[in-house]
Amino acid sequence: MPSRCVVSVALLLAMSPAAPAEDYERNRARMVELIRQDVADTSRYIGKASLDDRVMDVMGRVPRHLFVPQAQRRLAYENRPLPIGHGQTISQPYIVALMTDLLELTPEHRVLELGTGSGYQAAVLAEIAAEVYTIEIIEPLGREARARLGQLDYANVHVEIGDGYYGLEAQAPFDAIVVTAAASHVPPPLVRQLKIGGRMVVPVGTEFMVQQLLLVEKQSPDTITTRQILPVRFVPLTGGH
Amino acid sequence: MGTDTTTFDTTGRPPFLAISLLSAAAIAYEVLLVRLLAIVQWHHFAHMVISLALLGYGASGTFLTLLRPRLAGRWSAAFIANAMLFGVAAVVCFKLAQRVPFNAEEVLWDVRQPLRMAFNYLILALPFFFAANAVGIALQWFGGRIGRVYAADLAGAAIGSAAAVAALFVLFPVAALVVAGIVGIAAGAVAAWELGLARRWPVTLAAVAAGAFAAAAGVGERPALSPYKSLSQTLRIGGTEVVAERASPLGWLAVVESDAVPLRHVPGLSLTARAEPPAQVGVFTDGDGMTAITRWTGDVSELVYLEAVTAALPYRVRPIERVLVLGAGGGAEVLQALHFGATAVDAVELNRQIVELVRGRYREFSGRLYDRAAVRVAVADARGFVAAAGEHYDLVQLALVDSFAASAAGLQSLSESYLYTVEALQSYLAHLRPDGMLAITRWIAVPPRDMLKLVAAAVDALRASGVADPGRRLALIRGWQTGTLLVKNGEFTASEIDRLLAFCAEHLFDAAYFDGMPAALANRFNRLPRPYFFEGTRAIIGPGRDAYLARYKFGLTPATDDRPFHAHFFKWRTLPEILALRDSGGMPLVEWGYLVLIATLVKALLASAVLILLPLWWFRRRNGPTPSPVGRRRTLVYFTAIGLAFLFIEIAFIQKFILVFHHPVYAVAAGLTAFLLFAGLGSAWSRRYDDAFRRRRGVALAIGGIVTVGLLHVFVLAPLASMLAQAAPVTKVAAAIGAVAPLAFCMGLPFPLAMSTLSESAPRLVPWAWGVNGCASVVSAVLATVVAVHLGFQAVILMGLGLYVVALLAQPTGQRVGASGG
Repeated sequence: MPSRCVVSVALLLAMSPAAPAEDYERNRARMVELIRQDVADTSRYIGKASLDDRVMDVMGRVPRHLFVPQAQRRLAYENRPLPIGHGQTISQPYIVALMTDLLELTPEHRVLELGTGSGYQAAVLAEIAAEVYTIEIIEPLGREARARLGQLDYANVHVEIGDGYYGLEAQAPFDAIVVTAAASHVPPPLVRQLKIGGRMVVPVGTEFMVQQLLLVEKQSPDTITTRQILPVRFVPLTGGH
Repeated sequence: MGTDTTTFDTTGRPPFLAISLLSAAAIAYEVLLVRLLAIVQWHHFAHMVISLALLGYGASGTFLTLLRPRLAGRWSAAFIANAMLFGVAAVVCFKLAQRVPFNAEEVLWDVRQPLRMAFNYLILALPFFFAANAVGIALQWFGGRIGRVYAADLAGAAIGSAAAVAALFVLFPVAALVVAGIVGIAAGAVAAWELGLARRWPVTLAAVAAGAFAAAAGVGERPALSPYKSLSQTLRIGGTEVVAERASPLGWLAVVESDAVPLRHVPGLSLTARAEPPAQVGVFTDGDGMTAITRWTGDVSELVYLEAVTAALPYRVRPIERVLVLGAGGGAEVLQALHFGATAVDAVELNRQIVELVRGRYREFSGRLYDRAAVRVAVADARGFVAAAGEHYDLVQLALVDSFAASAAGLQSLSESYLYTVEALQSYLAHLRPDGMLAITRWIAVPPRDMLKLVAAAVDALRASGVADPGRRLALIRGWQTGTLLVKNGEFTASEIDRLLAFCAEHLFDAAYFDGMPAALANRFNRLPRPYFFEGTRAIIGPGRDAYLARYKFGLTPATDDRPFHAHFFKWRTLPEILALRDSGGMPLVEWGYLVLIATLVKALLASAVLILLPLWWFRRRNGPTPSPVGRRRTLVYFTAIGLAFLFIEIAFIQKFILVFHHPVYAVAAGLTAFLLFAGLGSAWSRRYDDAFRRRRGVALAIGGIVTVGLLHVFVLAPLASMLAQAAPVTKVAAAIGAVAPLAFCMGLPFPLAMSTLSESAPRLVPWAWGVNGCASVVSAVLATVVAVHLGFQAVILMGLGLYVVALLAQPTGQRVGASGG
């Protein structure tokens, strides 16, 4: 913690607005290593020792610093959530990677995302899947994300602005759905728009702290199971199980 | 008095009215700040900031000690200036603090957050500092009349605390804060008139100008909510707006409607639900904890979505006619009861304004829900209603009242709640018909905390009610988001368990416990790494309970009326493990409320040490006739002990009052007022002791009285308090005030008696002692909660009594120290 404080103070004092591109690349590579370490640490709880290589590869490619406000760019590759304005955050990279991995995407998949935010998760998804449809309810955030993803040539990401409760009937069904903006419950229409064999991931917690990841797997219209994944190396009883 | 040349005014009349007005305004500022910070941030940050802001009192003691020679002869100007500065600062400092974008959730990541928090402490402490200066100045200035000055201070505080609570019924908190500021400024002008100053007209004009400035600064100011509170988040959605607001001491209500995106609040809705909720209106309390008012035409078929939540379980297990809903809010559980054919529903809601919204503005919208023949609404505290109820029910339903975010982040860990204690569950169970059920629905946390603690409380409650085998009367189910615990007045039958399993299968919920449940059923639909809930419940019901609770990394020992902290799960030994995981997903496991409390205690102790030691260093540096070391030590121990003890006892009694009055607001208002008023009377009485020897005897008598009455309360009167449950409110108030009066009267004596002695023997120690007492009060407010969390409020009272005995042993001797030059 003290070293973190020193680093943060140094960053506050630093006057240059942005780091050189190679710094970002180096930091991104370091971030990927941190994610790899976190995954190894939590392997017992998330059920695997490492994430899909494609996911790790994408995490090492998507320029996260371009998805955070200018003032936060220096922190873009820290393994932490960052505020992006409008009371929203960009999730911790480890959580983004884990959620993407849980979806088990293939290049043919069509994905629906609720809660575009900065567009970072959509960009990560779009690097693997065929099409990503993402809906943002906060209008200015949606417009910014649309412009950003356009500038970065993510032609396969389609940003809609509005209420995501009913999903996108016209584009349904989806192979995978990410609900980052769940209200008091998972909207039933989204479950219906999930393909048989499809997967849905819902992070549960507050803006800054993901308490658990809910993975919904649809085996048939009436057979749905969820897995509640605690993304941390922790067992509630001393001595483990 | 040696070289200590400061003269005291022994002839003039102290400005009693001004002192009272200022004290009233200062305590009102404190009450309102707690309210405002609970709106802007969350409850526990309000608690922390207040306790640190109170450091203004400690700082004032130091300041006055250092400036004492310069103030001599300028007492009236200093008093008036500080009163007016208080008034202006109360408004302006809050306004400034609002401009600081502090985010509690980023404290461990972002170095700017602790700095912002520190800035807020300092800025919010300023008004306290000015108010304390003014009172401290009066105590020094009228050294011979300390008893009456202190009495005026306490009487003002008594009126101020009651007035602030009353003001919150008619004014929004910021407006009430402006009024408090103006009263403080007016105190300055009143002092000029009371003292008959030649410049009273210019002072009055200055007060009018300052009052106008404060009013202008406060006009239009609204609480700047954290952008991460659920109201802020909801309002980001286009077409969503606050259409009405209500304010009372119970909270600030914001009614939210949306013409573009309907609100859909159905916590725990099954993933396979076919039906969706109708349009809803959201009612947020303090910007969080939403309850929904649902559009309804009176046709129960519109409510079919309420079948697909875990809270519907009891209706599927057995037929239910009479229902009691505790925490009815906007009425979701009442709608559910009607949907399932209940013929009589008693809906209990503490906040009258929520009931008025459903009955008034949303009467037609809600299908006249609270005016239907089958529904009887009571505005009451849940515990109070149940204690007085003569009825018995098929179902007592505890609604899901808090928000998921607050629950998930451990933000309520230190909010005392008497809803989930062992005694509370016992009283609910006592009002069940044969085979009736108590149903409690809570958010699911992983790993489990809340739910397992409730199971433990239910087991204790059943055992205390004479049930030999509690496991046969419990059933627990869980979805991915909510869980529902059933406690039956009788054993569950095989057919009831069959219906429970059918309900779970239909909605993809998991059975987590019933007697004889096969382990294979425990983790079918909503899979956890292990069937934590099943294993935990079985362990808690079985003989290995104590070992399990010891091994579990969170505290699951049930809450009781003496330790009503249901949401507190913290164990120190788990902290290092969680902190080590902070960068890899461990943050949600941290219980913020408790850690913030401990951090506050440490900061308060450090700040107090500095503020207490600084004047001593200054005494030495001045190389003057310092008070003797023995005198200093005794003064330090005495004023620390009585500062700690007073608030220990006051805080613990207010908690006891909550159980007697069954209303937190009235309990706090009556408790504060009674304590301060009778302590004020005690203080006024202290002037009868006119020499050091008699004063020492007075202290001994007072402390003897405190200990005797205190012990009487703990061991004789407290157990009798439950007999008052069904008494009329007037009787309760009279009984509570009667019970407190002799205790508070005695508690008002030790401070002025020792202060009077000190002002004769070592006047330079007077402001220092005032500061020591202030620091002790700051520490006390935090320490009392820490002690209560671990040992209970009874222990807080006993420790308070013990501290008074310490004070008795340490009381200053009254020997003149200046003359000895020591």
